[in-house]
Amino acid sequence: MDTPEVPRVFLESGIEVKPLYTADDATGHDPGRPGEFPFTRGIHPLMYRRQPWTMRQYAGFGTPAQTNERFRSLLSHGQNALNIAFDLPTQLGLDSDDPRAEGEVGRVGMAVDTLDDLERALDGIPLDRVSTAMTINAPALVLMSMLFAVAEKQQVPIGQVRGTIQNDILKEFVGRGAWIFPVGPSVRLVADAIEFCGRSAPKFNAVSVCGYHLRESGANPAQEMGLAFEIARAYLDAALARGLAIDDVAPRVTFNFNVYGNLWEQVAKFRAGRRRWAAIVRDEYRARDAKSMHLRMIAGGGGSGLTIEEPENNIVRGACYALAAALGGAQTMALCCYDEAYTIPSEKASLLALRTMQILAEEMGLCDTVDPLGGSYYIESLTGAMEERIVASMAEVRALGGIVNAIEQGTIQRRLAGQAYEIERRLRSGQMPKVGVNRHAAGGATPPSVEVHPYDAAAAKAKSAGLRDLRATRSAAAAERTLAAVGRAAEGSENLVPPILDAVKARATLGEITAALKEVFGEFREPAF
Amino acid sequence: MADPRPVRVLVAKPGLDGHDKGAKVVVQALRDAGMEVVYTGLHRTPAEIARAAIDEDVDVVGLSILSGAHLPICRDVVARLAGSGKPVIVGGVIPVQDEAALRECGIERVFRMGAPFEEIVEWIRRRCRASSSSPVSR
Repeated sequence: MDTPEVPRVFLESGIEVKPLYTADDATGHDPGRPGEFPFTRGIHPLMYRRQPWTMRQYAGFGTPAQTNERFRSLLSHGQNALNIAFDLPTQLGLDSDDPRAEGEVGRVGMAVDTLDDLERALDGIPLDRVSTAMTINAPALVLMSMLFAVAEKQQVPIGQVRGTIQNDILKEFVGRGAWIFPVGPSVRLVADAIEFCGRSAPKFNAVSVCGYHLRESGANPAQEMGLAFEIARAYLDAALARGLAIDDVAPRVTFNFNVYGNLWEQVAKFRAGRRRWAAIVRDEYRARDAKSMHLRMIAGGGGSGLTIEEPENNIVRGACYALAAALGGAQTMALCCYDEAYTIPSEKASLLALRTMQILAEEMGLCDTVDPLGGSYYIESLTGAMEERIVASMAEVRALGGIVNAIEQGTIQRRLAGQAYEIERRLRSGQMPKVGVNRHAAGGATPPSVEVHPYDAAAAKAKSAGLRDLRATRSAAAAERTLAAVGRAAEGSENLVPPILDAVKARATLGEITAALKEVFGEFREPAF
Repeated sequence: MADPRPVRVLVAKPGLDGHDKGAKVVVQALRDAGMEVVYTGLHRTPAEIARAAIDEDVDVVGLSILSGAHLPICRDVVARLAGSGKPVIVGGVIPVQDEAALRECGIERVFRMGAPFEEIVEWIRRRCRASSSSPVSR
């Protein structure tokens, strides 16, 4: 019988989708059992049946006191973990009174200068029970040290602190751009964090490798996974060079992935990624502990999938993205809010994102059974095809001389920027459908005016004043002594966490500690574009 | 007679915002349209941008800002380029309600996210033709 002509369909990763999948397509793709190597169906035997995914909306703005209020509000609405957003000066290691920080203090996240700020932001939040994630990279060691110091004040030993620092500097050079130091010393700082946590903070994740931002920068879903794995390997290698064992190091490394795009491709990406990562850690790194092989991840966001046009459509997209993450078996989820194309999320939008996840988890049966798509002819076939593409993407990076070299040279940046341009051209020409933008668009309407988070200039000014007071009242000798020790440690090869922890406790500021490191390390210079 | 020199554009990322995908997309679109584009890279100060605009002898300066700090940054860059005859345009995450204030401080054009490339290219070409026929041009 002749099949009628239908248009061909290709996924972003380049895989062609057939109109129909049958048992033949799934042959040879037995996904095994969840909780068992290679963990295609999930890293735990019972997955969400035992514990739904952790809900961790990204939040933080203005002063530590304002952020504390938002945290308490999210926790009171049933969120069970925190995800701290920092303002750009903090992300770049600048104090609130630095001239370069003007107009940015508290704008896209919370402003942190000293230990006191983080202590105020986490007031009343028990750090051994509420897992705290911090989206911080270049100055990650400073913020991690502050968190540990706050924990000590709460009588929580460092070994009991639960949470994650993003601390994935290599992706900052590719997308997001919050880098400070050159590539080499930057990777050393990541290794210092992994080493310290591997030895002293076994419940704290020292790095969250972000395929997420690579995808936002133009990577397709297979490259998102493949490049993230190459970056994770760079960190593992740097940490293993310290003489640690793979089974102490690998469990401290987690991942952060994106969810926008074709639903099935995302689900297959997560399943394929779990399988590939388990194989890498077991076969290439000779890990024995199953925990080392687990691809633990936060999934969500979906920023590049959201549109400024008809912003309410983003609420619907968010629900589909959460579905993709849940069907993909993510441990933790955070969704972009529908107004994020304009501004940092309003409280209403933030709550709506949390409600979206709660509705899926508690009303829709997403937690009833493990990997409900397992065994689907299409999904199993696609998982296999995605794994091949992930492997191919990793091989490409190695052919470029490794991920660190390719990022130093700007090769990855140029390649992804070229792909991002291609995507934009396809969106503008309508080849890539976007409802409300190039399909069914109302047309001619100006973007709606959404409630934009106001900049609080008075609070920023007060923050700077507070910093002046602190510098006047702290022990100048202790700050100087500990900062000098940070500089000496940076010149040598000892782990930087202990001296930074001392400096933080002596009320040295984020800007001062960063300056001490910059003095030794210098600054990154961007390759030409 | 056709201008023998292609249009030169500076695409700049002022301030601390590190989101450069949009800037790099526009750089490529302008290059494909035959323009010479200098991209500053991230974290540039208004002073560095103004200096680069003069040193590179560009016809137009395009700023890309996504952090929300566009008003103070644009004011600063425009003030530093006052009298140079170089128009300054901006794109990124710019709320509709801020467009009037940006125009008031001397930003000649705000391109919204998703603006067609042809629209940006056409605007720059037209603006350059206008200034090359005026006596105050370079």
